[in-house]
Amino acid sequence: MTVSIRVCHLYPEQLNIYADRGNIAVFRSRAERRGYALDVIGVGAGEPLAPDCDLIYLGGGQDREQALIAPDLAGRGDEISAALADGAALLAVCGGYQLLGRGYRDRTGVSMPGAGVLPLDTVAGDRRMIGDVSIECELEPGDTHSVVGFENHGGRTQLDPGAVPLGRVVHGFGNDGESGFEGCRLGKAIGTYLHGPLLPRNPWLADWLLGQALGRRLGEVPELEPLDDELEHEAHAVASGRARDRGGKFR
Amino acid sequence: MGRGGGTTFPGRVLNTLDRSAITRLATRLPQGSVVVSATNGKTTTAAMTAAILAPRLRLAGNPAGANLSSGVATALLHTRGAELGLFEVDEAALPTIARALRPRVLCLNNLFRDQLDRYGELEILAEHWRKVVAELPPESTLIVNEDDPQLAQIARGREGVIRFGLEDERHGGPLPHAADARYCSACGTAYSYRLAYVGHLGEYSCPGCGFTRSKLDIRADEIELDGLTGSRFRLHLPGETRNVRLGLPGLYNVYNALAAAAVASSLGATADEIAAGLASTEAAFGRSERIEIGKRKLLLLLIKNPTGANEVVRTLVAGGTPKTLVIALNDGIADGQDVSWIWDVDFEPLLDRLERLIVSGGRAAELALRFKYAGFPENRIEVVPALGEALDAGLELTAADGELVVCPTYTAMLELQKLLAERGHADPYWRRAARARSEAGADKGDE
Repeated sequence: MTVSIRVCHLYPEQLNIYADRGNIAVFRSRAERRGYALDVIGVGAGEPLAPDCDLIYLGGGQDREQALIAPDLAGRGDEISAALADGAALLAVCGGYQLLGRGYRDRTGVSMPGAGVLPLDTVAGDRRMIGDVSIECELEPGDTHSVVGFENHGGRTQLDPGAVPLGRVVHGFGNDGESGFEGCRLGKAIGTYLHGPLLPRNPWLADWLLGQALGRRLGEVPELEPLDDELEHEAHAVASGRARDRGGKFR
Repeated sequence: MGRGGGTTFPGRVLNTLDRSAITRLATRLPQGSVVVSATNGKTTTAAMTAAILAPRLRLAGNPAGANLSSGVATALLHTRGAELGLFEVDEAALPTIARALRPRVLCLNNLFRDQLDRYGELEILAEHWRKVVAELPPESTLIVNEDDPQLAQIARGREGVIRFGLEDERHGGPLPHAADARYCSACGTAYSYRLAYVGHLGEYSCPGCGFTRSKLDIRADEIELDGLTGSRFRLHLPGETRNVRLGLPGLYNVYNALAAAAVASSLGATADEIAAGLASTEAAFGRSERIEIGKRKLLLLLIKNPTGANEVVRTLVAGGTPKTLVIALNDGIADGQDVSWIWDVDFEPLLDRLERLIVSGGRAAELALRFKYAGFPENRIEVVPALGEALDAGLELTAADGELVVCPTYTAMLELQKLLAERGHADPYWRRAARARSEAGADKGDE
């Protein structure tokens, strides 16, 4: 019987602005080409998290959509943390990333509570940080990879002391335009501002997340057979060049 | 922009020198100004309106798509002898320009999610438009596409609004993936759609506060789409009805025609003038424009955001999906530097019959990935970043008297126009722009 990876896609109706379905399409295609199925369960506000899930996915939304789901997400901290403790992997992009922290304080000082799953806080800044970005990631010791994407966020995200970023900024703003950190990694959970969408041009990261999800399903992380990623690498190279040439920085 | 023939340069200098230049220059227009804004269809709507009004009025306009303050100021400098200003205005530049021009007619055609890196979020843009309408003089005429709930909300409460929309069950469907404005701006409840025509344009109502599409003053029904060649429909104006034949394809151009009809009607054009003007409108600069290359033809269909591209896909499929397709994706400022929008486009309906895809432009590989992950076989995708080479590759696969469809983003389209001009297949951009201006009736003896 085909092994099925269960993905819980939170708020697909609201958090979908940065082509989040592209990330899901990449998960699906890369799983299926290795003989695994991908079972995506959309979960909206007021609905329980999909039981027995291997991967949780949260995308980004416009302010209005984010505000609509924020109260629901804020009440889900324990539920999501329990799923992570049960071995699920997680990818949260942009708005989903911010709202998994403790909260978001806008420029008028009003706070929107977050889920408190990731060790970080976000405060609105006066200028949006928009542009191509490249970062260096080392999710497994000694195995470094370049990850490229596009960022567009007003929030400045500060990691707690000792918290681990997803990577170090090579070109672009990253979490706050100052610290040199981008994203956050907590075990098998990853939060990041990088969209574009993130995964098509970073197939290595897609495979790492699939591997972690399969690790929960199978009891150990399987060796995933390599795929022909020539186009992916070409797209990565172009995006990497853009980040080098025009990645954001405060001038 | 700004390289393509200097259509905005004089205006840019002028704007820097005197920010009230637009206001002052606009007073030279005895009939005042019309402003058309939208995410999609500005250029075509303005071209259609010009075609209707040109026999009746001498127009000053910015037909080359120079739709920022600088472009409007430049066009105003060329107003000698013109009676009415007809301007297409960039959606983000609308507040500044509307404040300066105090238009006699303001036509808002649609607001879609566009390049987020450039325009920011849709809500914020809608909020700016709300203020523009609030500041609009009471004697000015507001025209809105009532099928766009955001615009309907913006127009709510104002007197004398002209509302247009579609009324044709057969062309409606469920809300597509890329739909925006899903939530009522008054109460936050998700709209319920009886029919969606183009993106989130359709027949909606809010289950929360009861807000619903108002009665239409100008509408189209009995719409027949003739593939890639055009459409026919019944145009209902206040008290009168005409059969209209449009030489531009797709349901989105029916909306543009309604917008143009509403503007022209508000300025006193007759139903016959409107029908004749719409029928005579040719494609505007890359918007379903055909260019001859020997015996072959190129069909250029501009794509620039999810909803616009979805409509191009829908039109292509309705006209019989071409076997070969060239899509060129650039990521300049005018295209949007963030190319993630291509993942929100529903390209999938093309996959059944498409045999060969040639992807081009600076982000060609990204487009290739979009199709690869949609399930299109990788060995049928050619990645040819250089536009000229992509064009040649496409033409080679086109029958001797056949038509090659090319879908470029904005700067790729400018590049393509330049290339075609260099090869002697089309006039240079600046000459076409000047000609379009003089055809619109302005610039008498000015160029």
